[in-house]
Amino acid sequence: MGGRTRRTPGIVVLVLVLLLAGCTDGGGDAAHGRITLRFQSLAWQRESVAATKELVGEWNAAHPDIRVEYVQGSWDSVHDQLLTSFEGGEAPDVIHDSSDDLADFAHGGYLADLTDLLPRRLRSDIPRRTWETTTFGDGVYGVPFLQEPRVLIAGTARLKEAGVRIPTPERPWSWAEFRRVTARLSGDGRYGVAWPLKEPVSATLNLSLSAGGRLFHRGADGRVTVRFEAADQVVPRTVHDQVVTDRSAPGSTLGSGGSDTLPGLFAGTYAMVPLGFSYRQQIVQQAPEGFAWQVLPAPAGADGLTQGVSPQTLSVARDSPHQKEAVRFLDFLLRPENMVRLALGDWMLPTGSRALEDPALHTAENGWATGTALAAQLRSAPAQSVRGYPEWKDKVATPALQEYYSGAIGLDELGERLEKDGNLVLARYQR
Amino acid sequence: MRTRRTARAGQYAALLAYLLFLAFPLLWLVSTAFKPPRELGSPHPAWIPEDPTLANFRQAFEEQPLLRAAGNSLLTALAAAVIAVLIATPAAYVMARHRTVFARAVTGWVVVGQAFPFVLLIIPLFLLLKNLRLIDSLPGLVMVYVVWALPFALWMLAGYVRAVPAELEEAAAVDGAGRLRTLFSVTAPLLAPGIAATALFAFVTAWNEFFFALVLLKTPEKQTLPVVLTHFVGAEGVADLGPLAAAAFLATLPSLVVFAVVQRRITGGMLAGAVRG
Repeated sequence: MGGRTRRTPGIVVLVLVLLLAGCTDGGGDAAHGRITLRFQSLAWQRESVAATKELVGEWNAAHPDIRVEYVQGSWDSVHDQLLTSFEGGEAPDVIHDSSDDLADFAHGGYLADLTDLLPRRLRSDIPRRTWETTTFGDGVYGVPFLQEPRVLIAGTARLKEAGVRIPTPERPWSWAEFRRVTARLSGDGRYGVAWPLKEPVSATLNLSLSAGGRLFHRGADGRVTVRFEAADQVVPRTVHDQVVTDRSAPGSTLGSGGSDTLPGLFAGTYAMVPLGFSYRQQIVQQAPEGFAWQVLPAPAGADGLTQGVSPQTLSVARDSPHQKEAVRFLDFLLRPENMVRLALGDWMLPTGSRALEDPALHTAENGWATGTALAAQLRSAPAQSVRGYPEWKDKVATPALQEYYSGAIGLDELGERLEKDGNLVLARYQR
Repeated sequence: MRTRRTARAGQYAALLAYLLFLAFPLLWLVSTAFKPPRELGSPHPAWIPEDPTLANFRQAFEEQPLLRAAGNSLLTALAAAVIAVLIATPAAYVMARHRTVFARAVTGWVVVGQAFPFVLLIIPLFLLLKNLRLIDSLPGLVMVYVVWALPFALWMLAGYVRAVPAELEEAAAVDGAGRLRTLFSVTAPLLAPGIAATALFAFVTAWNEFFFALVLLKTPEKQTLPVVLTHFVGAEGVADLGPLAAAAFLATLPSLVVFAVVQRRITGGMLAGAVRG
């Protein structure tokens, strides 16, 4: 017994060593003269993973000399993971990310400037306003390929019951009308709208573009300052008044994520919920049988239906020895028909003009047509290229907006904190 | 008498409430794992699924290589636990029994080492492993886990060693036992609960670790379970909740099993120590 016990740890160690030795890298296939590109994709939904893998398979079948290795990455901690890989010189060749994450990498010199590498077809297919989301300084550091507007997902029965006018992209609600409608839809423990504002800053800033809000103003010297002007106040004031004055929006969802509000939407407690366009997939999966819903455009302001977005992007690592081949792969992946497959898989909108013409994106089913009609109004998120934005967001804007929306502070104090405290933060990044 | 009974009942009630509080996330996870998507969106969530299903488990296994990832996790966690214990046990013994300046300096370094956030360490560590050609390899990951677990393991084991009276070793020496004989026949059995607890700590730390594995492993075939679990989560925390809960529930099982096995060992070792002592 004692002998067996004494031998056991030794055997365990030996087995582990042998197993681990079998897991070390056995060497690559570069010696065979063919190029291998590592493509880290962040696609995660079943359909989008399938679409991406299919496209990689098609590429590999047609290009035996340039093999693409599909690696599934994770949205969780992607920034830190990429930063470490860049620093260590081990970054993937082709990188999937979102445009609001690219600024640091572009400024840090980790990404290839694609300006002279991109084929004319791809450059002209994506509108200039969308290219702005990945343009930092004079360089283009990614190809924006999927984006989603914020829309209102509404329970059809509640709208019919109240007899309100149904807005369309051609004739949307104004912010004032939206407030009146939500007041009319409220009462008896039910609400006209539920705002899931776990991330209040990006939602507020992106929607504020519709009212002409800019908040960040770049001077002639290139320095950015915060100014909370009348146009910037339209959206925050509407949300605040719905929650605090009209009680047409519950305060309880202000700290929630979008998914948390869906049960209330299905139960009819909330008539509408402002959500990203891709949430439709969850609604299709989770809605109780017979629940009728529709996609409505977000309210319009002085600048119509304009919204800020941070599209998903594909970039090439600057350290990649095969940048041209990587861009060839991007060109293939983002052909109009392929972009449509990726967009349908992710329940988002493609950025390419030709892809947006695809009939599959113009069907009324699941609100595709409404979302597609908004594509022309999408702009680069206002804060995207502002250095110091993450700190301003976390330390100043998020708590200030949360307090304002819950009624703890007024509009004047909100403005003072966004401007005074905010400009102090931004100034540190612009010395 | 009555007061004592009431107090005891109150104690049990408080204990039960605490246990429920601790068990709540796990019970909710189990409940979610067996719910169909429509119940996940229900405005009146129930503990017991109305229409229990295994579809989430099927989907989780179809979409992600959970078994392979679990195998990688098990291998790295076991290796990390074994190596950490092999290194920490003699080191802790020396630190506890020989109170030299060097031992004190090592103890101080161990405490300081705990204070570094891993984000600070990850880039130098990555470069170090790259030079050793251990990026994208499970042995490299094991090395990181061992280094990561060692400070706390050392500190923990040194406490156990101090709890073993030095007089016992002296008595064995008086009876004619040599140094090694004393260590293996007297000290080691009394340290068994501590070694088991340390191994458990190192195993669970490595089993649950996400960020190092995410950064260091590039090949999909080598990814560990925590990394694969995040593939069910999308941008802004949106998740495929059913399959995620199913996979996460399965991922907690090995930890529970190892804990159950090692816990018996901890209790057994303590009793054995008491009898012998």
